[in-house]
Amino acid sequence: MADVVTKATRESFGEALCELAKENDSIVVLDADLAGATKTSIFKKAFPERFFDCGIAEGNMMSIAAGLSTCGKVPVAASFAMFATGRAYEQIRNSIGYPHLNVKIAGSHAGISTGEDGATHQCLEDVALMRTIPGMTVLCPADHYEMMAATKAAIEHVGPVYIRLGRLAIDSFNDPATYKFELGKGITLHEGEDITVIATGLVVNEARKAVEELEKEGLNVRLINIHTIKPIDRDIIIKAAQETGRIITVEEHNVIGGLGDAVCDVVTSECPVPVRKVGVYDRYGYSGPAWELLEKFGLTATGIADVIREEAAKK
Amino acid sequence: MNNTEKLQLSILAAKARLGAVIGTFHAKSGHPGGSLSAADIMTYLYFKEMNVDPANPKDADRDRFVLSKGHCCPSLYAVLALKGFFDWDELYKLRHVGAMLQGHPDMKGTPGIDMSTGSLGQGVSAACGMALAGKYDNKDYRVYAILGDGECEEGQVWEAAMFAAHNKLDNLVVIVDQNGLQIDGPVAEVCGIEPLDKKFESFGFNVIKIDGHNFDEIESAFENAKATKDKPTAILAKTVKGKGVSFMEDQVDWHGKGPNKAEFETACAELNAEIARLEGEC
Repeated sequence: MADVVTKATRESFGEALCELAKENDSIVVLDADLAGATKTSIFKKAFPERFFDCGIAEGNMMSIAAGLSTCGKVPVAASFAMFATGRAYEQIRNSIGYPHLNVKIAGSHAGISTGEDGATHQCLEDVALMRTIPGMTVLCPADHYEMMAATKAAIEHVGPVYIRLGRLAIDSFNDPATYKFELGKGITLHEGEDITVIATGLVVNEARKAVEELEKEGLNVRLINIHTIKPIDRDIIIKAAQETGRIITVEEHNVIGGLGDAVCDVVTSECPVPVRKVGVYDRYGYSGPAWELLEKFGLTATGIADVIREEAAKK
Repeated sequence: MNNTEKLQLSILAAKARLGAVIGTFHAKSGHPGGSLSAADIMTYLYFKEMNVDPANPKDADRDRFVLSKGHCCPSLYAVLALKGFFDWDELYKLRHVGAMLQGHPDMKGTPGIDMSTGSLGQGVSAACGMALAGKYDNKDYRVYAILGDGECEEGQVWEAAMFAAHNKLDNLVVIVDQNGLQIDGPVAEVCGIEPLDKKFESFGFNVIKIDGHNFDEIESAFENAKATKDKPTAILAKTVKGKGVSFMEDQVDWHGKGPNKAEFETACAELNAEIARLEGEC
């Protein structure tokens, strides 16, 4: 196992873009006055002539990205998840999604772990919004190594991609020596037959800690990491439903329209089993230090372990 | 431009108008008013100004056109058909189930369409992206976008204008089809946009005001745009909504509906008479 890297996925994303741009001349990056925060500043420093700041005008940025892509560029348009997917939703839907253009949209500061900035900046709807766009690939990587690989896959994939980035520095848990990213394929991090936890993004590592803790209590929990929320890995979910009979989803997102709903879509049609959604229940966040907020919303290992115990007892 | 050239453009424009009328009649819907007001400019662009090849519609070096006011595609479709991008008969199927010609331009399904548009304000930004790519790649192609005057109420138009001037996109020409009317009424009454020339000037544009139905003025405006360095050009073209069909001219009601059979026949008779008259002059 490699050393643990403690890094925000936004930073890993910025580094990955730089690596990829060395090999791929078509990559250009756009930001809306948040380069320092989204970490496209790393790219801007390395490739200033390939970086375009659109100013605080996210809708315009998305449509410009669409125009660039029609001329063979691979534009990466970054902003906070809230503004990238919320303010510019319609530009993404009509100017990028409808013509299925090769634009990569990066939304950083996603989820309540954005912290002190509070409700206006804690985007809990981005996955829901992006999932509704036909042909959109939705990625939500969980640690540094996964983000590096996911960014590469996003650039290599031809078509629109939304990639969710976090503000909070988090520990890596994947081993780069063995880690393999495959678009649309979930990863089983822990085998188990008693119950299944399906998680995405920053909370995967929290779920992993919870699952390891419960193993000591004799509970065998299957843990699946879903980095590609759309198209979702139906097979891994159906198998989990069939073999464990009960599912818990964990995401740093509104439970409406996110990973939990995507999992429910699969199980209700293929193998109906109870699904408990852990996430933010149809409400806004509020200001506070990220870890304190995650704790409050039940998204740390302790909160997740409590839910697993509760659900496992129902079997 | 000599008279023969002008006559030929006028004939093509009248045919484009006829195509727009045919399309909206058979669709029983669509937007004839703004299609007719922009028909002369679109005809000029495709038959005089732009470097495009119907045999190679995706040529990387071609000039680009974005109809930011996408609802006025019936006349664009007619122009593209006249130019040879696809068969004229497609116009009879406009807006029908399974048809190639959608209610608003679809770049994936229709040869010659460089950008899918329809949601107002976005096309001009996409045109900025194309112009930026051209600059970045040191290509000579130029990018043209037509937007409506009502469309200028969209904030995104001004975000794009700021971006275009800031990035010195002198390969971009924005043409505002100033027919003065939008769905809810006169632009001046709905939410006035004047002084539009001063607005574009203050955003850093080279601004030219013309009669959008006069080919000499259209030509000199595009020549002026080409000679202008380091700033984008905005051509403010004063036009008549519904131009060329007597009962549609300057009537807000004709913004968004198809003609009935009697109206269709009158419109066709007028346009065919105009085409015959112009051809007689050749």
